[in-house]
Amino acid sequence: MGDIALGAAGAVPPAEVEDVELYHPKSWVTKYVFSQDAKVIAVQYSVTALAIGFVALVLSWLMRLQLAFPGTFSLVSPDGYYQYITMHGMIMVVYLLTALFLGGFGNYLIPLMVGARDMVFPYVNMLSYWVYLLAVLVLAASFFVPGGPTGAGWTLYPPQAILSGTPGQDWGIILMLSSLILFIIGFTMGGLNYVVTVLQGRARGMTLMRLPLTVWGIITATVMALLAFPALFVAAVMLLCDRLLGTSFFMPSIVAMGERLAYTGGSPLLFQHLFWFFGHPEVYIVALPAFGIVSDLIATHARRNIFGYRMMVWAIVAIGALSFIVWAHHMYVSGMYPYFGFFFATTTLIIAIPTAIKVYNWILTLWRGDIHLTVPMLFALGFIVAFVNGGLTGLFLGNVVVDVPLSDTMFVVAHFHMVMGIAPILVIFGGIYHWYPKVTGRMLDETLGKFHFWVTFLGAYAIFFPMHYLGLLGVPRRYYELGETAFVPPSAHSLNVFITIAALIVGFAQLVFLFNLVWSLFKGRPAGPNPWRATTLEWQTPETPPAHGNWGKELPVVYRWAYDYSVPGAEQDFLPQNQPPLARAAAR
Amino acid sequence: MAIALVLALVVIGSVLFHFLSPWWWTPIASNWAYIDHTIEITFWITGVVFTAVLLFMAYCVYRFRHREGVRAAYQPESKRLEWWLAVVTGVGVAAMLAPGLVVWHQFVTVPAEASEIEVVGQQWQWSFRLPGKDGRLGRADVAHIGSDNPLGLDPDDPNGRDDVVIEADDLHLPVGRPVKVLLRAIDVLHDFYVPQFRAKMDMVPGAVTYFWLTPTRTGTFEVLCAEYCGLEHPHMRGRVVVEEAADYQAWLEKQRTFAQLSGPGRASGRAETRLGQGEKS
Repeated sequence: MGDIALGAAGAVPPAEVEDVELYHPKSWVTKYVFSQDAKVIAVQYSVTALAIGFVALVLSWLMRLQLAFPGTFSLVSPDGYYQYITMHGMIMVVYLLTALFLGGFGNYLIPLMVGARDMVFPYVNMLSYWVYLLAVLVLAASFFVPGGPTGAGWTLYPPQAILSGTPGQDWGIILMLSSLILFIIGFTMGGLNYVVTVLQGRARGMTLMRLPLTVWGIITATVMALLAFPALFVAAVMLLCDRLLGTSFFMPSIVAMGERLAYTGGSPLLFQHLFWFFGHPEVYIVALPAFGIVSDLIATHARRNIFGYRMMVWAIVAIGALSFIVWAHHMYVSGMYPYFGFFFATTTLIIAIPTAIKVYNWILTLWRGDIHLTVPMLFALGFIVAFVNGGLTGLFLGNVVVDVPLSDTMFVVAHFHMVMGIAPILVIFGGIYHWYPKVTGRMLDETLGKFHFWVTFLGAYAIFFPMHYLGLLGVPRRYYELGETAFVPPSAHSLNVFITIAALIVGFAQLVFLFNLVWSLFKGRPAGPNPWRATTLEWQTPETPPAHGNWGKELPVVYRWAYDYSVPGAEQDFLPQNQPPLARAAAR
Repeated sequence: MAIALVLALVVIGSVLFHFLSPWWWTPIASNWAYIDHTIEITFWITGVVFTAVLLFMAYCVYRFRHREGVRAAYQPESKRLEWWLAVVTGVGVAAMLAPGLVVWHQFVTVPAEASEIEVVGQQWQWSFRLPGKDGRLGRADVAHIGSDNPLGLDPDDPNGRDDVVIEADDLHLPVGRPVKVLLRAIDVLHDFYVPQFRAKMDMVPGAVTYFWLTPTRTGTFEVLCAEYCGLEHPHMRGRVVVEEAADYQAWLEKQRTFAQLSGPGRASGRAETRLGQGEKS
């Protein structure tokens, strides 16, 4: 059993390249605004993503108010409803989750966790953030243009997305597509950086199989994103051409509103294939960093090595690879070639196996652990509940024939919110409570944190668990009002009201979190360098918060894997990765 | 130990909700009870896994909570346990996938005796077309669409002359007879969705998609659109009336054919442009 941990300890290759001096900022502007320090860029990414994420949160309140009390609130028109769901979806998936996990957590943690001074291309890394910010601004600008943002649904399916029956057909759709193109450009600059840094920038002794699972999750997601986003990029460019230049990539001959349009010969299904060739890996681009981070949260706060590290690494890689051959499970009822169903249902359900292994290993890490119920641990436990629930409903939707009655119903909405909304966001919160002390030098307030956890976890579960049953009833998604239907009993309406009330409560609990973030920055308890007594390198920096260059004069040397918790015979219940084996022997 | 207790209550509450809540699918009206059975199998397997995994987690949180002087066990991995769990998971997955694929095979295999009907979606209404006495639907193309030819039937195709065209009215179907539903859209994506039928499929402009079913009980069922199609998507409603064969015949007699609709001159539709030749019929 011990070959990954003990047998490999102490094997450190000699230095091959010299430490290179970084460009050091000379002014306040180059230090905090146009900064090339990955840690500052990480904070910039995170703050921007959280800010636009709060816009998406407010939009979700508006749509929930409309669903529970249709026609009551004049601030939500039918146009507005579709614009809000579209912007909510796109912001959450791309501009919040992707940006926060990769741009935020990735930038902060990769150099520190692998023992590098910074990303390998700091200047490109800086550009990545500014292009991302531009993408966010272009997206946000669509709220202020004539006709408002696009209401095409976050999937932007043509022909509807660029025709006049859809809100925001004038400017909204153009800005949405332009913003996506910018986002992908910005992401590519960051993503290449993350990959090269992990491959080339690791400290001496940091073999790939000694990397914390956080890095494995983020780096696999980044590689996937580099391969998947180009499909969205071309789809966005082609749709933009159809909208602006009158080309017909996705547009067949159409008679819309009694008028014959000039399009001919295009294929709406082609867009769906391109979109989901990006869109399904995107689910795992969001999920894999969450898997990695939650593994480290559980191990650290249960004071126990992550169970089955090698299997966890291979499961991440397998999920990443498989996720490129499952995309058409989003299209079982799209009218595509029906025999695809056999292939895509099989590949989709096979993914359940490595995914289940990850869940088992998280729980087996808790088994015989020394569980400290800190705020990060609470969020990690909440994540497992949400993820198990959402993962299992994925087995309904992935199994082609079961998907037929459930697709395009509220069951789908409930499923994907549970599995790629609630689950990763609980990890983001857990991660922020965990690493905030390293970023700021102060602890987040624990009482506020526990309040935030309980309301968010129980509230979100109360929103999305019952929502599955609306879908089973047959309530379709993307209806701003259901109207009179014989097959939906009136009691379902009270369920809608309940869900909306829960959503409002959960939303307001996030204000407590915001307050905690700001208040603790000034008044939080000083954290010290390693408040969680964690093994990974970011907790071993000479200064907290880490200075530019991270490590002072000497780069760390790594002697062991990331999970030496509660090692028998060791004095403390953790051994940092940079602690030489001799020290352990001497400590005996 | 609030957290362990709450975790257990979340699990138990979810299971109770499943069994006690009044919200379940509407009674079926087609041959696709197989689909309902597959969902039930999936509920049982996933429900057992959900309950077992999360209750075990709650137990771990309770049993292995931090206590002074107790250290965690140090055990990096157990290949045997991990492979064993992987195999059990694989068996569970196969138990759901296998019946699913069997039913999917039925779903994509249209019986030879199925009669064809056509549903046409446009923003935001349903139209229908039934083959006339010749039993064949004529060609259609958006290029032919005009004020007296809303579905774009090809006026030069003799098969289409006796087609029954139903615009903005109910579709009738005979009970117990398999139908292949051909689906067409003339503007954007739609989805012909009758919850009681379980089966549904998107309608894609520029293509003809299909599914098949056999209605198994008489009644009037609502048609909804299940693929977002623009602003009035929730209001795109229609009705399907499933009735006995005699009633169906009586209804069919009263419907008007394409030839009757377009009149003896039959030509105003042809005054429209013919730009889009080459589209699928």
